[in-house]
Amino acid sequence: MAAILEVKDLRVHFDTEDGLVQALDGISYTVGSGQVLGIVGESGSGKSVSSLTVMGLTRSRNARISGEVLFGGTNLLAASEDEMRRLRGNDIAMIFQDPLSSLHPFYKIGDQLVEAVRAHRDVSKAQARDRAIEMLGLVGIPEPRRRVDAYPHEFSGGMRQRVMIAMALINDPKLLIADEPTTALDVTVQAQILELIERLRRELDTAIVMITHDLGVVAEVTDDIAVMYAGRIVEYADKETIFASPEHPYTWGLLKSIPRLDLPRDEPLVPIPGRPPSLILKPPGCSFHPRCPYVREAHKRIDPKLAPASDAAVRHRVACLLPPQTRRALWTELVNGATPDDAKQRVTVPEEAVDPEVAAVDTEPAR
Amino acid sequence: MGIYIIRRLLYMVVVLLFVIALTFLIFYVLPSADPAALRAGRSPTPETLAAIREQLNLDKPLYEQFWLYITNLVLHFDLGNSFVNNEDVRSLVLDRLPNTLFLIAGAALLWFVSGVLIGTISAIKRGTMLDRAAMGVALLAISAPVYWLGLVALYMFASDIGRFPLVPGAGAYQNAEGFFAKIPTLILPWIVLAAAFSAIYARLTRSNLLEVMSEDYVRTARAKGLKERRVVVRHGLRAAITPVVTVLGLDIGILVGGAILTESVFGIPGIGRLAFDAIERGDLATIQGTTLFLALAVVTMNLVVDILYAFLDPRVRY
Repeated sequence: MAAILEVKDLRVHFDTEDGLVQALDGISYTVGSGQVLGIVGESGSGKSVSSLTVMGLTRSRNARISGEVLFGGTNLLAASEDEMRRLRGNDIAMIFQDPLSSLHPFYKIGDQLVEAVRAHRDVSKAQARDRAIEMLGLVGIPEPRRRVDAYPHEFSGGMRQRVMIAMALINDPKLLIADEPTTALDVTVQAQILELIERLRRELDTAIVMITHDLGVVAEVTDDIAVMYAGRIVEYADKETIFASPEHPYTWGLLKSIPRLDLPRDEPLVPIPGRPPSLILKPPGCSFHPRCPYVREAHKRIDPKLAPASDAAVRHRVACLLPPQTRRALWTELVNGATPDDAKQRVTVPEEAVDPEVAAVDTEPAR
Repeated sequence: MGIYIIRRLLYMVVVLLFVIALTFLIFYVLPSADPAALRAGRSPTPETLAAIREQLNLDKPLYEQFWLYITNLVLHFDLGNSFVNNEDVRSLVLDRLPNTLFLIAGAALLWFVSGVLIGTISAIKRGTMLDRAAMGVALLAISAPVYWLGLVALYMFASDIGRFPLVPGAGAYQNAEGFFAKIPTLILPWIVLAAAFSAIYARLTRSNLLEVMSEDYVRTARAKGLKERRVVVRHGLRAAITPVVTVLGLDIGILVGGAILTESVFGIPGIGRLAFDAIERGDLATIQGTTLFLALAVVTMNLVVDILYAFLDPRVRY
């Protein structure tokens, strides 16, 4: 499986009037051809910034971007604006959260699709239009030959998202970035759109980065999952591992706060207390520590790095300072229905026990 | 679309009827002086006054006066006769109309193009020295009153009194014969009239465009890999300009009713000048005529804008 996209130690900081926003703080991931990576996190975790940066859409005077974004071997961060423009919509395409506002209200959808084709291909308007009709049919728009001349406001939300997907895939991109593609849609329509994305991936063999705050969405379509928190990836594994044996307390929190049909109905949902931290004033040490039920004094000083969860499972990586056996014991308790407080009672969380492998930097006590 | 236009037309008729009733009320029922006395001139005899009352229908009951007034107006576009020289107000207005239209057409073209251009550049170069300079000059232009700016322009550039005699000055328009001879005499009036409007349009365009450029569909346009120029013009400006066009229509409507200050400063015999002179002379019929004409112009341009809007924004059509 050849890597289509390789992101290495990507950092994106924005200079603002309020201070330096550390939107992304060194994230790395790889997506292979035909593979689906899910990036999961709350709003403000940096998941959208990471994808917009891959597209070259966060470049601005006040953005400081470092690291590497390798697409087919070339570093996109070093590419010129014109080279990026030629990639966008051609080799890398993107669909957005709100199909209502993502289509231009003044132009017929056919014209908007034709524009996408002709931005990259030297074809006649008629040829581009045929291609547009073909794509509209492929994404399941009924009567595409007639609907191609309709305006966005004449479509329902789900149909508009189909149009957006048609537009994104019209030039056969190698990589599709889907930023919360189902969030603005009704639940039944969500399922249809996910099904469509899954079908297109199989037919077109496009690599997909699926950004969402909804674990239910990634459960449907993804292969690997990266859980992001405060501009970092805190846990990375294949989908089965994330759902069966997650090792980061934040991932536990996410899993415990979604309703599940396969659990007894009286099982209470456990929300994660507190709010995501400000990206300007990040807490020192592990940035999840203010919300973590299992926090130790040392975790407030020491910044964990993403490391293999165990020698046996190198692909499963986690950034947590708790010793691996403690993590597994805690998760076992949680799976059996214990609340975080109960779990803490039953499993001894050793004070100052820090896995030396994981302790990256002894950060300053206060920044 | 057809229903939309018919609805707009009916609305326009209602507004016009309302305006006609209002001007009738102001000019016939609540005047500051007896219209007959104003019309009669100095020291009139009671017989003259009575004759004038009869001529102006002032002796009839109010409802009959209004009926006569409105039928004359609607059926014959009859605005009455001037109190000063008994000329037909309709032909007074129509004679002056081409001059006003000539002035406005040139100025509107100038301010629309320059305003949108400056506003667009300012928005793209937001926060740079260029943007700040443009917006600073715009503020000055908005603050400068037309009569002051006009006089300064004449003092600086008019061929007769100017420090730098470059272009024809005040009164040159009236003396020039023929369309092409009149063009140079309008250069100063066009610029002076356009200055404040251009500044307002630049600011309007800038703020609209800045808002539109942060819309999701502009991000989509970028994600498609379009060239930045195309993103700004076809996707950004196309949406940002719609409200600007609306304002343009209304501004033109108001100015057709008389660019009073510009026409007065530069001695252009337009409708504004007509109204200005009529006010000075207490020529009630002409004041009323120009007022009604202004109302008609504004309401008509409103209709034009509404129809244009439906073409500019497909969402309005349904």
